[in-house]
Amino acid sequence: MTQTSITTPGNTGALNPVLEIKDLTVSYGKVEALTNASLTVGEGQIVTVIGPNGAGKTTMLSAIMGVLGSKGEVSFDGTLEIVPEVEHMVARGMTLVPEKRELFGEMSVEDNLTLGAFQRYRMGKRDQAQTLEEVYALFPRLKERRDQAAGTMSGGERQMLAVGRALMAKPKLLMLDEPSLGLAPLIVREIFRIIAELRRRGVSILLVEQNARAALQVADYAYVLETGQIAMQGPAHELADDPRVIEAYLGLGGKHQAMLST
Amino acid sequence: MDMEIALILGQDGITNGAIYALLALALVLVFAVTRVIFIQQGEFVAYGALTLAMMQGGTVPATVWLLLVMGVLVTALDGSAALRAGQVRRAAAVAGWNLVYPLALLAVLAGLPVNELPLAVQVLLTLGVVVPLGPMMYRLMYQPIASAPVLILLIVSVALHITMVGLGLLFFGAEGQRTPAFSDASFDLGPLMISGQTLWVLAVSSLLIVALYQFFERTLYGKALRATAINRVGARLMGISPTLAGKLTFFLAAFIGALSGVLIAPITTIYYDTGFLIALKGFVAAIIGGLASYPVAALGALIVGLLEAFASFWASAYKEVIVFTLIIPVLLWRSLNSRHVEEEE
Repeated sequence: MTQTSITTPGNTGALNPVLEIKDLTVSYGKVEALTNASLTVGEGQIVTVIGPNGAGKTTMLSAIMGVLGSKGEVSFDGTLEIVPEVEHMVARGMTLVPEKRELFGEMSVEDNLTLGAFQRYRMGKRDQAQTLEEVYALFPRLKERRDQAAGTMSGGERQMLAVGRALMAKPKLLMLDEPSLGLAPLIVREIFRIIAELRRRGVSILLVEQNARAALQVADYAYVLETGQIAMQGPAHELADDPRVIEAYLGLGGKHQAMLST
Repeated sequence: MDMEIALILGQDGITNGAIYALLALALVLVFAVTRVIFIQQGEFVAYGALTLAMMQGGTVPATVWLLLVMGVLVTALDGSAALRAGQVRRAAAVAGWNLVYPLALLAVLAGLPVNELPLAVQVLLTLGVVVPLGPMMYRLMYQPIASAPVLILLIVSVALHITMVGLGLLFFGAEGQRTPAFSDASFDLGPLMISGQTLWVLAVSSLLIVALYQFFERTLYGKALRATAINRVGARLMGISPTLAGKLTFFLAAFIGALSGVLIAPITTIYYDTGFLIALKGFVAAIIGGLASYPVAALGALIVGLLEAFASFWASAYKEVIVFTLIIPVLLWRSLNSRHVEEEE
């Protein structure tokens, strides 16, 4: 699959790129899960990557974070990371809310949140009590449940906890992997409201979503990832009007499988 | 058996049980955080006891040379890596902890009349020699294979156990050692005479258990270790590196092992290979707790200690057999009751 009709020269709205990846390739053995992906997230932008199941979206986030090994360039906050390493990336201000949330189920909500600030604490920035209040202000529900074990909460609350925990690190770039997955529509709306609110506070966001409609609505710029390659890109509102995107991702039927096979 | 004998056996059982409890807690901790079955725990017990004995015998304990050799290896690996990455300060820190520290310790041990120093100082020096071996061992042997399957980690543990027993024979010789008691005081409680050492063991064990509890409940580093045990991926994403967690865990385990050795050295004669049997009883207790539950493991340790004491009275030849047979009903019960642990989500 090649670069298609939309011929924007890239994410030009990104004046100050926080994250810039070039020709990122990830292989599992002989299978390339991600091929030469390039992407830019500007300061204060919400950039979304949409695409079907198995397109390589999660792989891409894992490679940027350093959880998976990769080839290519990852520049974060002006520095080229030749081999991204998770702890180092966290220390530099990048956080990932993974699809599976990866909470500490047997620990209390407050302990989960406090651990989000671990890397800052290690570097001698002991302001976690204040950050905790900020996160509680954003998610009052978490404050109500502060002593409850994380594993006993509902799906929506757990997603809020996962996002809140990531915010405890005061990230420059927040990466969200399918934050709406498996949640009731009302909660999905709440999650997207919070994403918009975070941007207002100056956090740059890279959002990976299958819920293309909601993602394109909130994002500034969007990429479509199909079978490991960036198939389309453009300002989110333009992509939302693109007939191919409408047919494959926004239409009623799940026609993207048919499209992939042609 | 009359009441008096039962009380004496009970006292013995509880004293040993307290030591087994400490070792069981360390085993559970190491397994939960790093998935390593810490077979060489017993060698840390023996090294602790025999290093103290060597100091009291007026010789420089040979374990300090092991510390120096391992320190040189760690410095070569981590120091050069830090230098290549241009992190001069980090390289200096690595060299400071792994090279300068063992050398300074060697100078103190060789230069001062250590056998004339007060016991407390000797104990501190012993811990200073033996405990850093733990994190260094993690760095050299486990860190490169941290994500390997449990079985591979177990094989490495077995190899390290055998190596450490061999080195123990080389360092300390085949002779058993017993160190003088911390205090000669003893108390009469009805028909029972409680020795000062028993009180020391019980006090230090309880204190250590409370301190560990506080560490895991109250401090961020303690919570980070628990988090790593609960969800490795989640912990990594918070910037809690498996390396840091591993080294910290091995530090705690080595500390518990060496301290246990120092505590029981006045009670039993310790040979270079005695540690294994002691740690194995801690392991039985840890198994009772399913290698996961700290309170059940501690309770199991008391049961093991009491069972051992009473077995030594009724059937002393079968003492060890009886203790280790305890594992079979426990495993049977566990396998019948085991529930599939639900994954997060």
